[in-house]
Amino acid sequence: MSAKVKRVGGGRLTVLIPYLWLAAFFLVPFVIVVKISLSETAMALPPYTPVLDVLAGWDGVKQFAAQLSLDSYRLLGSDELYLNSYLKSLEVAGVSTALLMLIGYPLAYGIARCPRGLQPLLVMLVVLPFWTSFLIRVYAWINILQRDGLLNDVLMRLHLIDAPVAWLASDTAIYIGVVYSYLPFMVLPLYASLEKIDPSLIEAAADLGCPRWKSFWRVTFPLSWPGLAAGALLCFIPITGEFVIPDLLGGSRSLMIGQTLWTEFFSNRDWPAASAIAVALLALLLIPILVYERLQKCAIGEAP
Amino acid sequence: MGEGTAPLVRFEAVTKRFGAVTAVDRLSLDIAWGEFFALLGPSGCGKTTLLRMLAGFETPSEGRILLDGEDISGMPPHLRPVNMMFQNYALFPHLNVEKNVGFGLRQEKVSRREIAARVAAMLALVKLEGYGRRRIDQLSGGQKQRVALARALIKKPSVLLLDEPLAALDKKLRAETQFELMELQRKLGTSFVIVTHDQNEAMTVAGRIAVMDRGRLAQVASPAEVYERPASRWVADFIGDVTLIEGRFSAPGVMQTMIGQLRVAGERAALGETVWLALRPEKIVISAERPAGDVNAVAGTVHEAGYRGDMSVYKVRLGDRSLMQAAVANTGRGRRGFSAGEVVWLSWPADAGMVLTQ
Repeated sequence: MSAKVKRVGGGRLTVLIPYLWLAAFFLVPFVIVVKISLSETAMALPPYTPVLDVLAGWDGVKQFAAQLSLDSYRLLGSDELYLNSYLKSLEVAGVSTALLMLIGYPLAYGIARCPRGLQPLLVMLVVLPFWTSFLIRVYAWINILQRDGLLNDVLMRLHLIDAPVAWLASDTAIYIGVVYSYLPFMVLPLYASLEKIDPSLIEAAADLGCPRWKSFWRVTFPLSWPGLAAGALLCFIPITGEFVIPDLLGGSRSLMIGQTLWTEFFSNRDWPAASAIAVALLALLLIPILVYERLQKCAIGEAP
Repeated sequence: MGEGTAPLVRFEAVTKRFGAVTAVDRLSLDIAWGEFFALLGPSGCGKTTLLRMLAGFETPSEGRILLDGEDISGMPPHLRPVNMMFQNYALFPHLNVEKNVGFGLRQEKVSRREIAARVAAMLALVKLEGYGRRRIDQLSGGQKQRVALARALIKKPSVLLLDEPLAALDKKLRAETQFELMELQRKLGTSFVIVTHDQNEAMTVAGRIAVMDRGRLAQVASPAEVYERPASRWVADFIGDVTLIEGRFSAPGVMQTMIGQLRVAGERAALGETVWLALRPEKIVISAERPAGDVNAVAGTVHEAGYRGDMSVYKVRLGDRSLMQAAVANTGRGRRGFSAGEVVWLSWPADAGMVLTQ
């Protein structure tokens, strides 16, 4: 009897572990960020006030709570810089995700249609760039895209351009870098869903009168939808908050939200503003996740 | 297309090779209009390949396939007026029952109204009224099988191909569905070609059976003929249970074998040639005493006795150590059976067996 009780207790603990993990590594840091976003900058260490003085007991907490303000969020609304950064981020993430779908889908489809024995090798090749440091790969793109770099060299030799093009410090460079870096995140979930599709479904579609291209649109594409949605989310969300790629490859005219946040934090030492940007960004990114969840629920609950 | 003089389907010396493997070997076969035809054979005999060539999923390496006199060997599947019911049903999981059944019609220039009407009629035909909005994963195995059948029939194909259509159903449902398939085939008049490895299924549903062995036809005949007059020892052994006794005719109607001299009626075979007498278990009478009358009789001891409910089957060890099978229908209740070790007599009339020369 006691053994049984113990096992139930152990089972509960096992269920609890992921929650503890989330609490320790997501919730607590997030609460700290929210707390800082409600503070004001100060020439102090840490560079904001109020600081929660736990040793002062309940009075300390009350005093702390009284000094919190929404000023940082008001700042986000008052200066166009922030709104533009958000819009820029969404634009880059949206266009990049669309490009990733256009490039990733044929790639994943091609791999899934290859002979079974060859597929693991091809998937490996998609993942292979991860063996090299992300930063080094982005630096390599600087090399390729610079004025006397590989790309201009090749284009000029092919007589496609007469003078070198300034690729770097442009949106084009950002898109090249982002699409290159995130391609595996689009290809892998897509491949997983395409590879699962029973080939006899395509045969059944052909048998019922579908030519190849039509059976793709009527059977393959709808069945790969979950993979496409997962790939899009996996790309769209981190691209929105991307910092390294636009910082190294992009120009300085319009900043993505990650760069703005970095500037607030490191250059301006405005921790509350930086924290407010982060919290707002998180709220913004919840929208596509909620939309995805809703779509999934609709797909499952369709027609009782 | 109409019912002309040409057979509905004609395989002309069709060969299909996959690399070094010959799946179908110079096979010629005609299938008639309105026929329920079965391709029967062990796995790997080429029956599924033959069906897939008819559907268009494989093209013959050599030879031609004619449909109503027209060569369709190279025609892609979506242009062929044949439809297939797949072994695993291959229903589209993202579409509901209605849309699965109507899938083939949406390809053609058919109005939505007509599609809805024909889908409803088809669902009624397979007794699935009211299931149109169900999702595929909400259906039982038997219901899925009906949806697959309806989907394959809605385009009114000239031939319906069925690839092991009942393999996934349990035994009872399978038996019911076999009769439903036959009824449906009679009602529609469409030719059905079924591939199966289950000889009972083939014998039950089909008007004609092609027994296949290693890419070739071993025999094409009616179920009764395949069972009672098999073309070879291989066919006799594949279709049902059989005891084969090797021997030679020493005189017309008299066969010399290891278990003695047997009398065989109505069989033609050259004297002195090695032949085999094939005896079906149910043709053999088992008794405790030597039977009187003009029959072949051999003594033996019961080696194994199996009670199957409707019948009892016995394996009896004969004088030359060979085993002979006998089956007795349990027509009366409480009838005493024989048990292992008992000495029994096996007997059969002269016309009960068939003589096979190959």
